[in-house]
Amino acid sequence: MTKQVLVIEDEPNIAEAISFILSRDGWNVSTHASGTTAVQAVRDVQPDVLILDVMLPGKSGYDILQDLRSSDDTRALPVLMLTARGQKTDRELAERLGVSRFMTKPFSNTEMLSNLRELVGG
Amino acid sequence: MPHSRLTGSRIRERRLVLGLKQAALAKEVGISAAYLNLIEHNRRRVGDALLDAISKVLRTDPAVLAEGAEAALLGALSEADKRLPQAQAELDRSEDFAGRFPGWASLVTAQNQRIQELEQMVEALSDRLTHDPELAASLHEVISAVTAIRSTAAILSGGGEVDQEWQDRFLRNMRDEGMRLSGAAQGLVEFLDAGASAEVVPIGPAEELATFLEAHDHFFPVLEEVTGSDAGVHDRAIGRLIADSDALTSREAQDMARQFLSQYMSEAVAMPLQDFQTARETYRWGPMALAHAFDQPLPTVLRRIAFVPPSEGGIGAGVISCDGAGALGLRKSVPGFTLPRFGAACPYWPVFQALAQPDRPMQTVVRQPGGARRRYVCQAICVRRDAPSFNHPPALEAVMLIRELDDALDGEALAHTPPVEVGSACRVCPRPDCAARREATILSAG
Repeated sequence: MTKQVLVIEDEPNIAEAISFILSRDGWNVSTHASGTTAVQAVRDVQPDVLILDVMLPGKSGYDILQDLRSSDDTRALPVLMLTARGQKTDRELAERLGVSRFMTKPFSNTEMLSNLRELVGG
Repeated sequence: MPHSRLTGSRIRERRLVLGLKQAALAKEVGISAAYLNLIEHNRRRVGDALLDAISKVLRTDPAVLAEGAEAALLGALSEADKRLPQAQAELDRSEDFAGRFPGWASLVTAQNQRIQELEQMVEALSDRLTHDPELAASLHEVISAVTAIRSTAAILSGGGEVDQEWQDRFLRNMRDEGMRLSGAAQGLVEFLDAGASAEVVPIGPAEELATFLEAHDHFFPVLEEVTGSDAGVHDRAIGRLIADSDALTSREAQDMARQFLSQYMSEAVAMPLQDFQTARETYRWGPMALAHAFDQPLPTVLRRIAFVPPSEGGIGAGVISCDGAGALGLRKSVPGFTLPRFGAACPYWPVFQALAQPDRPMQTVVRQPGGARRRYVCQAICVRRDAPSFNHPPALEAVMLIRELDDALDGEALAHTPPVEVGSACRVCPRPDCAARREATILSAG
């Protein structure tokens, strides 16, 4: 069965590249660029896995993750977080908030695919 | 007049320079040659009257003979010792050292001065890298562009199927991201080049304004001269100052400068320089008394005291202001009291204590680590800038005057007040075990 992935990323060219890679790999891909309405997008799309950027307009990826983890319907959603800041403190913060995987930009397409497959048990 | 132990040596040196015999000088000033010999070998202290007489014959200032160039040198050596006490310099022998090896002593003090300058540069660069939003934004641009290029290039070169339409699209994306990367990289190089020079190039309107104010030492004689004129004259004077400035390049900085100079102008009108100087003598720099005398709010008086330079009878004070979040605005430094050029300051500064107690004037004696360990009197007050309204938090501003403690001016009570130990900014503060520390220091303790 085709897995649904939601990509929350405000950089259009990054979002497009990710969409292409995942679509070619057989995923059903949706994208969303706003931090403010990201949680609602998750509820609307109901993805199997979420790719979440940290620096988003309106609301940070950390805040979105916190919201998702505090709500029953999204608490268990696997989240792969992408950030330009790969410092230990950023990773620790993401882990404290309940991130499933953490990748720093620029990332390898293969590694991203591998992480996503693991997250959905594929 | 305080005489150092080397007064006699200086008398001898000066006499020899002038080619004057010991006996001749002794005769001129009415003492025996034997007694002058004892003085010249620092075995007898010389009284003020005799020193005056000798200095007249030697055609020099008595202070030069009493303290000599070594006074400054000794002070600088003492500062060097305080900066690195673990070196255990023989401070009690610094006069001998300065007297016997003035060149080496000058080298020690010059190196100490250089270390101080380098520390300040490190502080500025460190603050810049840590806190500068422009740098953070540039780096984010670079990483985003690189991420897009890397992922797209991997798609195109990865061997999988990519139809022509997508190929064209990705090539366009890569070209756009390449352009963006080159712009961001160029910006970064300019930023880092500017950071590497000793003279920090202003970044952003606030820094442009700070550079402008520093260039004028926060004093504008042109505005002082037109206090009696009408508003049109004031505006034209302000406009000329802004137009003539090389530092104020952005429109925002010029607007900020106009706002600052308008406030300066209105404060100069309220407290004209001449009246202020007269009143100042009467009230001995007491800000409260001056505020009462001129019927002006305390922040106005604190700024005015700080802006009047020593050449106009001022006391060379510094002043800072901060908003309710503690972000520093106005920064006029005072020698020996280090102000961070960027980022946050030491939370123990009285200006931040004042924020917690609006409308309560505070006076505190403080001391910073390193350097000469001078004590400073800080007088601060926090006021609200906006009109009160229901359920709306106040827009607070705190202003703090900083000046070196002056025993004559401040009297016994303040002189004996134990100073509060404060820093400049955590990165350049060596104080260990500070409960208020936000980040690690780049300096070793001591």
